[in-house]
Amino acid sequence: MLQIDRWKRILIIGICLLGLLYALPNAFYARVEAHNDAAAQIEASGVETPELIAARDAWPSWLPAGLVNLGLDLRGGAHLLGEVQVEQVYKSRMDALWPELRSALAEDRGTVGAIRRVDAPEGELRIEIGNPDQMARAVEIAREFSDPVTTLTGAGQQTLDITGSGATLSIGLSDAEKTVTDDRTIQQTLEIVRRRVDEVGTREPTIMRQGSDRVLIQVPGIGSAAELKELIGTTAQLTFNPVVGTTGDADAQAGVGQTVAPLIDQEGVYYILDGTPVVTGEDLVDALPATDQNGLPAVTFRFNPSGARAFGSYTSANVGQPFAIVLDNEVISAPVIRQAITTGSGQISGSMDFDQANQLAVLLRAGALPAEMTFLEERTVGPELGQDSIDAGKVAAGVGFVLVVALMIGSYGMFGIFATVALGFNMVLLFAILSAIGATLTLPGIAGIVLTIGMAVDANVLVFERIREELKTARGPARAIEAGYEKAMSAIVDANITTLIVAGILFVLGSGPVKGFAVTLTIGIVTSVFTALFVTRLITVMWFERARPKKIEV
Amino acid sequence: MAFRLKLVPDETKIDFFRWQFVTFGFSAILMIASVLLLFVNGLNFGIDFRGGTTIRTEAVQPIDVGAYRDAIQPLDLGDVAITEVFDPSFGPERNVAQVRIGAQDGAEAVTPATIEEVRGVLQQIDPSIEFASVESVGPKVSGELINTAIYAVLAALVGISIYIWLRFEWQFSIGAIISLVHDVLITMGIFALFQIRFDLTTIAALLTIVGYSINDTVVVFDRLRENLMKYKTRPLRDLMNLSVNETLSRTVMTSGTTLLALIALLVLGGDVIRGFVFAITFGILIGTYSSIYVAKNFVLWLGVKRDWDKTDPKDPKKRKNVSPFEGAEEV
Repeated sequence: MLQIDRWKRILIIGICLLGLLYALPNAFYARVEAHNDAAAQIEASGVETPELIAARDAWPSWLPAGLVNLGLDLRGGAHLLGEVQVEQVYKSRMDALWPELRSALAEDRGTVGAIRRVDAPEGELRIEIGNPDQMARAVEIAREFSDPVTTLTGAGQQTLDITGSGATLSIGLSDAEKTVTDDRTIQQTLEIVRRRVDEVGTREPTIMRQGSDRVLIQVPGIGSAAELKELIGTTAQLTFNPVVGTTGDADAQAGVGQTVAPLIDQEGVYYILDGTPVVTGEDLVDALPATDQNGLPAVTFRFNPSGARAFGSYTSANVGQPFAIVLDNEVISAPVIRQAITTGSGQISGSMDFDQANQLAVLLRAGALPAEMTFLEERTVGPELGQDSIDAGKVAAGVGFVLVVALMIGSYGMFGIFATVALGFNMVLLFAILSAIGATLTLPGIAGIVLTIGMAVDANVLVFERIREELKTARGPARAIEAGYEKAMSAIVDANITTLIVAGILFVLGSGPVKGFAVTLTIGIVTSVFTALFVTRLITVMWFERARPKKIEV
Repeated sequence: MAFRLKLVPDETKIDFFRWQFVTFGFSAILMIASVLLLFVNGLNFGIDFRGGTTIRTEAVQPIDVGAYRDAIQPLDLGDVAITEVFDPSFGPERNVAQVRIGAQDGAEAVTPATIEEVRGVLQQIDPSIEFASVESVGPKVSGELINTAIYAVLAALVGISIYIWLRFEWQFSIGAIISLVHDVLITMGIFALFQIRFDLTTIAALLTIVGYSINDTVVVFDRLRENLMKYKTRPLRDLMNLSVNETLSRTVMTSGTTLLALIALLVLGGDVIRGFVFAITFGILIGTYSSIYVAKNFVLWLGVKRDWDKTDPKDPKKRKNVSPFEGAEEV
């Protein structure tokens, strides 16, 4: 009959109390947030200032401190979706291969004849050899530079595709190696972006891979997407290149494998550079803002051992020659090498102010992006707009709640009050779960919550209507309540499973705000079924046991 | 007897099929009109689907859309649309406009330089102009987003029809799907008619409508299944009327509470999500209507088997044509 086991009661009440405990921090959002930040800062730095301790102790540490994250559209911030130009890495691999291959082929000059690099599509290296009939030998030499690919899927394949036809030797990366390279490029990009974003110390940035060659970056609290892009340094590739010559003409004809780059702070001056860098930003281990011997802003940098070796051997072989420090395809400066730099450290000076020196140091320290990124999508939301949305959402949720409660109590009297209590716990549990799993609340997510308020009473309505019907057959109140729950069950289950199907699809296919909506909708369905089937029922049963009514009215 | 608010009388005996040609004709006309509107007017796609940039500006002085347009025109950005945004919560000091710039040739997302140019020329008219939000989507992503949106809606329809088929019978599944298509199509028709911005969140709204409408439909179907087992000889049409009448009070109540919450959000929730909330609100009205007037009519036309209760010992001969999915009803 109308009974619920004691342990079940304890479980239901326990879940509700646990929900209250975990939802509680959200009621003191600012204070708990300050507590979390202070605790994290003390953890990270080990330094305890009175302000930090005060902020930390404003919320007792034995209470849960998980909060619902606010999405970008509520907190304000920037969102970028970038596509990494992975093919650029193929090109730089080929450019790096050329000098080594050149010297290897030159050793066998007697057999293969004179060699010359010719124009080739991006990501491919083409070499013309003097004795076409000795192509087999040239291919053999080139093969020495190819290694087996070291992944499961690429097993048995070589890193390089080498073909010789006529007098032309063509070399490119194999498909298996391209896959491996792409993967590494994305991982590096993610890592570098993460370090650069962390450098400015914003809260909870999202930096993740999307699809095969995309990177999603969301940084709350940053002023604009443009600022974020600047920080990431879209095209900041640092290289140190040998200088071939200078020119005043931007369209000057450069030789094969050479590029023309402008000088950053002087218009009309262009350098013709050897396209193969001596050292790249990847070999940098440190960069710091400093002042040069004239007291002007400068940046000092240090290479890792292999970078230092390459830089050392180049500088010792080219004393008296200029070399260029190239950032973002612009020459920052092109000093003349006065002596061999074997210590692996150097200094960049030029016309920059201290801010620029600082930013350049940050860029250098975070390392260069392995390839450029083009941005496919960018969104900026101002913090005021987000706050407006939160306020509007709060008011709407409050008013919606009151209206729904009024309608429920008006329609079902005492049972309406039970449903209201259940609806309250529904909200509590919803927030508790959102906080516990660290879900992100977005603007459509707030709409999802308001929709849940409206729809959550559905299960209760189904049951109450059923009880009303059962009462007509006059089998006594207890049986009517029991039968009401029993018979409404299949409708409740079917109705909610179909909605869950929809929410699941939204979650899988949606992105950003839509995903947030799917999350709140899904959790809302689960909590509303729980509260309707267990919480309302428990309240009803407890009331029934106490009042023992001969007649009930729903 | 205590006071009770009764939206629907205790017992109703409405014949929902009496006007079925009127209601059905009405639905059919609305659907055809929606399709026509979609072709003639087209949807007012947001940047999610066609690429481009939207800027939300906020200013202290009243907005002069013409002046904004004249200022931006010389920048030669191609297709530029400027609309003023109204909301009851805005005071006289708060004037909001939406500037939409079409996708730029050859570029993915808009460059910061372009945004700064637009900010520059607008601040010449009114120095108080601030950009509250800037969103830019490149043509590559927008194309993919369209595909994803179409897949999402189709996947929802397929998933639901399979579930209904397993839990009920294929006739119910078809009835449900037709009513869902009806709801989605007419909602899209309204978006085409009033040229309301159609973007990713609208797709989320459409899927929510699908979820809500099927919820309503399933409750009626569930009761119908129960009545089919209870009354073995009554005509299907009568049973359908009985089922809808029995659940009518619940249908109105649930739609009522949901609409109350949504209307609160529509009025008080701010202008940013108004399009989204409008779609759901409208969809719930149309979804409630369709579960009463559209879904079951198709089931009636298609017919339905009448030997649900396979354990009935009095009628063993009916057990022969048990459907293979019968077992599912016990879930």
